[in-house]
Amino acid sequence: MTGRGQIQTESREVACMVDGSGWERYHRGNLRESRNAREEAGKRRGMDLRRFNVCVLFLMGGTVFAQRNFTPAEVGVGSRLYRTNCAVCHGANGDGISGVDLGHGKFRRASSDDDLIEIIKHGIQGTGMPPTNFNDFEAGTVVAYLRSLTTIIASSEVKGGDAARGKALYESKGGCKACHRVRGSGSRVGPDLSEIGTLRTVTELESSLVDPNAEVLPQNRSFRVVTKAGATVTGRLLNEDTFSVQILDSKEHLASYTKSDLREYSFIADSPMPSFRTRLSDQERADVLAYLVSLKGVDIP
Amino acid sequence: MNRRALILFALTGLVFAPVLRSQVTFDRILNAKQEPQNWLSYSGGVQSQRHSSLNQVTPENAKNLELQWIFQARSLEKFEATPLVVDGIMYTVQAPNDVVALDAVTGRIFWIYSYTPSKDARVCCGRVNRGLAILGDTLFMGTIDGHLIAIDAKSGSPIWNVTVAKAEAGYSLMHAPLVVKDKVIMGTAGGEYGIRGFLAAFDARTGKEAWRFYTVPGPGEKGHETWAGDSWMHGAASIWVTGSYDPDTNLTFWGVGNPGPDWNGDVRPGDNLYSDSVIALDADTGELKWHYQFSPHDEFDYDSVQVPVLADIQWQGKDGVKRPRKVMLWANRNGFFYVLDRTNGEFLLGKPFAKVTWANGFDEKGRPMKVPGMKPTPEGTVVYPGVQGATNWYSPSFSPHTGLMYIPTWENYSALFITEPAEYEEGRRYTAGMPRSVVPSMRPGQVNNRSEEEGYGAVRAIDPQTGDRKWEFKMTDVTDSGILTTASDVLFVGGREGYFYALDARNGSVLWRMTVGGQVANGPMTYSVGGKQYVAVAAGNSLFSFALRQ
Repeated sequence: MTGRGQIQTESREVACMVDGSGWERYHRGNLRESRNAREEAGKRRGMDLRRFNVCVLFLMGGTVFAQRNFTPAEVGVGSRLYRTNCAVCHGANGDGISGVDLGHGKFRRASSDDDLIEIIKHGIQGTGMPPTNFNDFEAGTVVAYLRSLTTIIASSEVKGGDAARGKALYESKGGCKACHRVRGSGSRVGPDLSEIGTLRTVTELESSLVDPNAEVLPQNRSFRVVTKAGATVTGRLLNEDTFSVQILDSKEHLASYTKSDLREYSFIADSPMPSFRTRLSDQERADVLAYLVSLKGVDIP
Repeated sequence: MNRRALILFALTGLVFAPVLRSQVTFDRILNAKQEPQNWLSYSGGVQSQRHSSLNQVTPENAKNLELQWIFQARSLEKFEATPLVVDGIMYTVQAPNDVVALDAVTGRIFWIYSYTPSKDARVCCGRVNRGLAILGDTLFMGTIDGHLIAIDAKSGSPIWNVTVAKAEAGYSLMHAPLVVKDKVIMGTAGGEYGIRGFLAAFDARTGKEAWRFYTVPGPGEKGHETWAGDSWMHGAASIWVTGSYDPDTNLTFWGVGNPGPDWNGDVRPGDNLYSDSVIALDADTGELKWHYQFSPHDEFDYDSVQVPVLADIQWQGKDGVKRPRKVMLWANRNGFFYVLDRTNGEFLLGKPFAKVTWANGFDEKGRPMKVPGMKPTPEGTVVYPGVQGATNWYSPSFSPHTGLMYIPTWENYSALFITEPAEYEEGRRYTAGMPRSVVPSMRPGQVNNRSEEEGYGAVRAIDPQTGDRKWEFKMTDVTDSGILTTASDVLFVGGREGYFYALDARNGSVLWRMTVGGQVANGPMTYSVGGKQYVAVAAGNSLFSFALRQ
């Protein structure tokens, strides 16, 4: 390593993984990850490297140049090291510790790859993060693996979709603003989509559009309370303990209820989001997807 | 000062001065029940019931508990230590390995012994420490870099410091040592690093090792045949929670951790003794007298590192007549509650206390009958309880007064167990796979949005006679808190939500609760100074002491 730079994996290779091997879902989901984990284990054993290697081209794209490139095999080493040494605390998806989301480039204490390598090697005093005995190369492969998770998402593309048309559909026919917010515009009741293009792949977004009930992330689940006075309030459950619940209600109020004041309280099984399988044509859906994928927040170069 | 006060002062001096001067002999530790104002060992007594005969706080007045003081640790690690209290002085550990002596009435610091562990220390799950032991005027602490240190209780100066195990190979010392007679007994953690676990006794005066018992038998030793090939060399079987002692049999009992590698049993065919077992050793020689294995050939990380709770209860014999019996009560990480005869290890009862899918009962000898197919696979297998267990190292409590065992419980909790090939390398994790949350992560975040079906925490009161549940106190989030009971039937417990409770030990109703603002990951304890009962617990990074409003 020289200087404080970004470790890159070749973007083309990553795109190939998205197209071909199903890695695009590796960063999230639970049960379905196992298939990908198995494939990856197979690759490590050299069983299925053919398609993978075909994709490996040297593309030094973007404004950030790599100080050290890692081959897919080396990223595989990082993946293995991560799963064995890190995943028990950080979770398979890198989001096991609150406030840290390794798969999405969200770190509490690191602003560069060198910082990450230092932390991986030496731990963080006074916290649960222990040192490892990794050398620089090994720690680097772990960072490359984590970066590859972000890159996989960032390199998603929608074939035949037009983001500008998608934006118009999002705001008009789709009615998405009634629940979702993008850069300060729209409702806060549903998930904020300002950087959804960095968080979700095309496949995931498409699945959410056509079958919103298939997977609702825990933090997005709808909740319903009925007060003893008979008022019904729905919203997103933000937090719950033995005696109280905290929700963002449908009027965008932060509300805290004492359970003893409630007649009932429970999750709502179904997502409030309608399916857009028939509400939008295939072309319209591709346009909306293209728009969603283009939403990269404000800090992404 | 008037004359009357002077006389009172002199009398007080007469009464208290000899106590203040006396050392903590082993006799005092053995008979800790006779001085309930003190807390002389990790679980409050060698029987490890975490039960106190102090009775000033009652179900009627517990609502008047109020904060006396807070000690804020300069550490962001989990606060897992249970303090000791000796004649008004409290000793505890600020993670990872600073010993602190406090005034138990005010929380003011007398001294801090600061120990900086080597950078070689490898810990799987936090740079934590669970507490101290005391004998005479000497405190004992295990460190995360494999040292056992004796510290002068008056000055905080180190007396001796011995290397027990190799830190860079993943050995670390976490639990509060146990003093038996003139020895300090200490086990080693490192079950995720392919260590070969052991328990050892050290001369309290010199630190010289007196005996060592390997929890993974070597070639020629009994039990070695339960490990295929060389797998015993990295068989783990760590020890990271304090054991118990029974003076009648001179046995010391310890819970042993998971076999290594955790999630791939194919490389270690066999039962893998003495992983996931309780071992009963002669306290003078370390010789194994009996063992009982809770989870033979475990592939779910079901460490049996629970505190062995010793009780003398009436037990119905085969002839239907109840007689006094020396038992051991054990709520295991694997989801079963056990009653064993502690004189010989005989299996008396085993019953699930939470949802279990890996076994469906026991054969006549008390061996669990495993459910076929319940093992980690490359694709992943969902098993209840999940990797953190239906309980874990969190201290349970047994109240001789109610006759009930109180268990910190995780219910409806599962994990997806995934296996991978295993490869040992010194100082590296040797786990061969990983568990995943099937539902929202069970990691201790500050926010909970899990449903009850996805897992919740509870205090469960179990009748040892039947294994039946008498009552349950449900918490929305899971709990890493230990449990304390008192002779006045008050039960103290916390949880991840940051509440600290006094419950009625008879029925689980909430008598009092306090927001302590951080998760409780240690066992509450109680003590008394000047006739006033205190209850202490750590939450987040602070230690709190409560007493009744005056």
